[in-house]
Amino acid sequence: MFSRIVLQLAVLLLFAPLPLGVINKTKALFAGRVGPPLLQPYYDLARLWRKGFVFSRTTTWIFLAGPVVGLVVPLLAALLIPFGGLPAPVSFTGDLILFVYLFGLARFFTAAAALDTGSSFEGMGAAREVFFSCLAEPTLLLALLVLARGAGSLTLGALLGPQLAGQWQGGAGAALGLIVVCLFVLLLVENSRIPFDDPNTHLELTMIHEVMVLDHSGPAFGMILYGAAMKLMVMGALLVRLILPWQTASPLLDLLLFLGGQLALAVLIGVVESSMARLKLPRVPQVLVGTTLLSVLALVLVLR
Amino acid sequence: MIWLLCGLILIAASGVPGLFTRREGAGAERLACGLILAGALPCAWALVFACGVPRQAISWAWAVPAGRFALQLDSLSAVFVAPLLLIVAAGSIYGLGYWPQLRNPATGRKLRLFYGLISAAMLLLLTARNGVLFLLAWEVMALSGYFLITTEDRRVEVRRAGYIYLVATHCGTLALFGLFVMLEQTSGSMMFPATASLPAAGGSLIFLLGLFGFGMKAGLMPLHVWLPGAHAAAPSHASALLSGVMIKTGIYGLVRLTSFYADIPAWWGWTVLLLGAVSGVLGVALAIAQHDIKRLLAYHSVENIGIIALGLGLALLGRSYGQPTLVVLGLSGCLLHVVNHGLFKSLLFMSAGSLIHAVGSREIDHFGGLLKRQRWTGLLFLGGAVAICGLPPFNGFVSEWLIYLGAFETIKLPGSSLSLSLLAAPSLALIGGLALACFVKVFGVSFLGEPRSAAAAQAHESPRVMLWPMGMLLLACIWIGLLPTSLRPVLEQTAADWTGVRSLPRLAGEMAPLGAISLAGWLLLGLLLLAGWWLRRRSADAPRDLATWGCGYRFPVSRMQYTASSFADGLVRQFRFALRSERHGGHITGLFPDREDLFSHTPDLVLDRTLSPLFTGLAGLFHRLRRLIQNGIAAIYLLYIALALIILLALLGF
Repeated sequence: MFSRIVLQLAVLLLFAPLPLGVINKTKALFAGRVGPPLLQPYYDLARLWRKGFVFSRTTTWIFLAGPVVGLVVPLLAALLIPFGGLPAPVSFTGDLILFVYLFGLARFFTAAAALDTGSSFEGMGAAREVFFSCLAEPTLLLALLVLARGAGSLTLGALLGPQLAGQWQGGAGAALGLIVVCLFVLLLVENSRIPFDDPNTHLELTMIHEVMVLDHSGPAFGMILYGAAMKLMVMGALLVRLILPWQTASPLLDLLLFLGGQLALAVLIGVVESSMARLKLPRVPQVLVGTTLLSVLALVLVLR
Repeated sequence: MIWLLCGLILIAASGVPGLFTRREGAGAERLACGLILAGALPCAWALVFACGVPRQAISWAWAVPAGRFALQLDSLSAVFVAPLLLIVAAGSIYGLGYWPQLRNPATGRKLRLFYGLISAAMLLLLTARNGVLFLLAWEVMALSGYFLITTEDRRVEVRRAGYIYLVATHCGTLALFGLFVMLEQTSGSMMFPATASLPAAGGSLIFLLGLFGFGMKAGLMPLHVWLPGAHAAAPSHASALLSGVMIKTGIYGLVRLTSFYADIPAWWGWTVLLLGAVSGVLGVALAIAQHDIKRLLAYHSVENIGIIALGLGLALLGRSYGQPTLVVLGLSGCLLHVVNHGLFKSLLFMSAGSLIHAVGSREIDHFGGLLKRQRWTGLLFLGGAVAICGLPPFNGFVSEWLIYLGAFETIKLPGSSLSLSLLAAPSLALIGGLALACFVKVFGVSFLGEPRSAAAAQAHESPRVMLWPMGMLLLACIWIGLLPTSLRPVLEQTAADWTGVRSLPRLAGEMAPLGAISLAGWLLLGLLLLAGWWLRRRSADAPRDLATWGCGYRFPVSRMQYTASSFADGLVRQFRFALRSERHGGHITGLFPDREDLFSHTPDLVLDRTLSPLFTGLAGLFHRLRRLIQNGIAAIYLLYIALALIILLALLGF
């Protein structure tokens, strides 16, 4: 078990920033630019690591707690989820609830750290973040319920087990399709991507996640970026496994399939970001309520 | 059992010596606190003892008709008594600093007298095994609660809150009188029937009466009308007791009542489940819209009662459909949340009291930046806030996790109508997300950023006598969060006592791996401390004298910070179909607008929007009716007499 934990964390820590590079490269290709190098996120992290800190005099220790929780939570959450065909290192009944609530803890402290600066822009970002996330939470639970129904178990490892391939062909295919759509929307919302949030804009009024971390600097900001990258990968793992449920005999092939899936997902996110505009803020809750209804529909489909 | 009785008498009498001492003396309050602690100790001893011996009871003859002085401490009572003792003891110590006799000579003695009385009454109520004794204790509790709420009866809004409470609690008591009379007719005695001894037939009316009477006390959604005002009006440690313990007596009543029945009709469980979901979601939505910190916490009590009811509903459904796993998970989640909510809610009320003590206001928007001035209060409040949001590694997560497991349990039964109870899971998720939004708002606006008022800038930390009791409560929260396995035997025993079935599934292994949760909690805490320590060391010599970036604006002032109302605005608008907030002003016209004020207010859904207009209308109607009939003309009165006579004669004649 120990070696599996080490392997999982090593894959996560080494690989996590790469999809961000792929997303940026895809967007650059669409815009007809060369774009930053694929490994730019790694360079950014290394640069931030060497830098010093700047603190506002308003801040307290909560300001540092935000990055710390934001980094630790994806690490722990990654232990609960299978990376493609590699089984989850830690698995127990009800771990899927721990998975959901760990990210809740991260959100609490990121938003609190934003309010710690006393800046009204960061307050705005924090308010939007908690608002949209609490609408997204029921969808995630419903999606997990649909998967749990298929697996007949309450562990994330079993939920994303090899039975998924059979389910796609069986009666549950339609429900799984709906769940994939819902989870993709959730992935975009939770990881602050277009069309729900724009990670690149420099107009603070329109940002959500980026505006919350405006005042962070140096290694603390690096921790936030790294944490965000790992969160994208951990949440992406759900989706990748759902779409590519095949399992080969060799763990190495499974891992390659999974990593390939992650990169393909990154390209997909890049395509969505290039081809869509940001939604107007009042539209975001409507979309989220819509996905909740879709997931209810999926649940009804599997329960009938 | 005798120990418990001794402790009970000491606690009940704790406020009495104060009545005979000088108004300005500080000795009486120390004596009262000492008496409560001295009383809590033997009670705790009885509790520890109760774990070893399954049944302890006393049953003495009593001169009251149909009454018998019967007390018993089983595990079901013990689960409610344990947090009660801790919170009562913590509150009495806290009161020394929060409501000292020297500064409140007019109200201090009254407060301590009824604080002791209500605590003893609740102890009696939770152990009583006779209907008359139960009702007696219930009424003493209700009336002492009234006097706690109206401690500051010079203020108009306090008197109004107390009056609404008094009306509500007596409506509930009326239903309970009916309940016990009907129960007596079914079982043949005023003594509580044994577990699982009554048939469900004819129990439905009893259940509905219980749901009304106990639900009124617990604050289930349409019956919560008295709760926000009352908890906001009382002094903070009294609010902690009311919110942390008193409303749970309603839950105790429901749990005890349903334990009498051998089989439970399915609609009981569905009703409780539905009421729980409604209370949970609307309670937290109303909480988000509040500006007053204590009103906000009071609405969170409604929310948490909703979560508790979700657990109870699942357990009841488990009994109707014959699913022992569901019974164990639902009931354990429900009862553990009773304990947890008692702990973190009283912690939150006390730390809110510490804020109010320092700033002198209950408005969240008058605080700000208090973490710098009240380090310990801030830390304690943060602990309570994380716990109430149900986030790991605190205790709120463990109980919500058990309820989730219960809801997910139904997924394994294909084709059963029980599957509908799955929807408890997404509603619990929504409740959790909204609670998180709410507590980020409260913590962020009160403790972080710059001070929002002159008083907040001058604030000081509370005395140690207030901080230590809160620390004790936080430790209890952490203990349950990190070592939930230590409560496993109690919870299993309770489930057995509730159903009367000895061979229920164990709360361990495949079904509910509490050990794994505990391990995850330790791991999370360890990693957080490690990373935090590293980051703190790395940033130790960084400059800390710069201003927050104002996005180009040179002279930011603290009023420019995001306020509590603006933080909540998005969610309040999303729930406007239920909240119906009122907004006044804020219309800006022209290129050079004048000064403009914006004022928003969210009245209570049931009390201010439904009951008040309804009762005002009824009062008006009766007023007019009375003017019509009782019009002061003697001839008309004579006509009434004549008409009455004729009708009577006509009736008797035929």
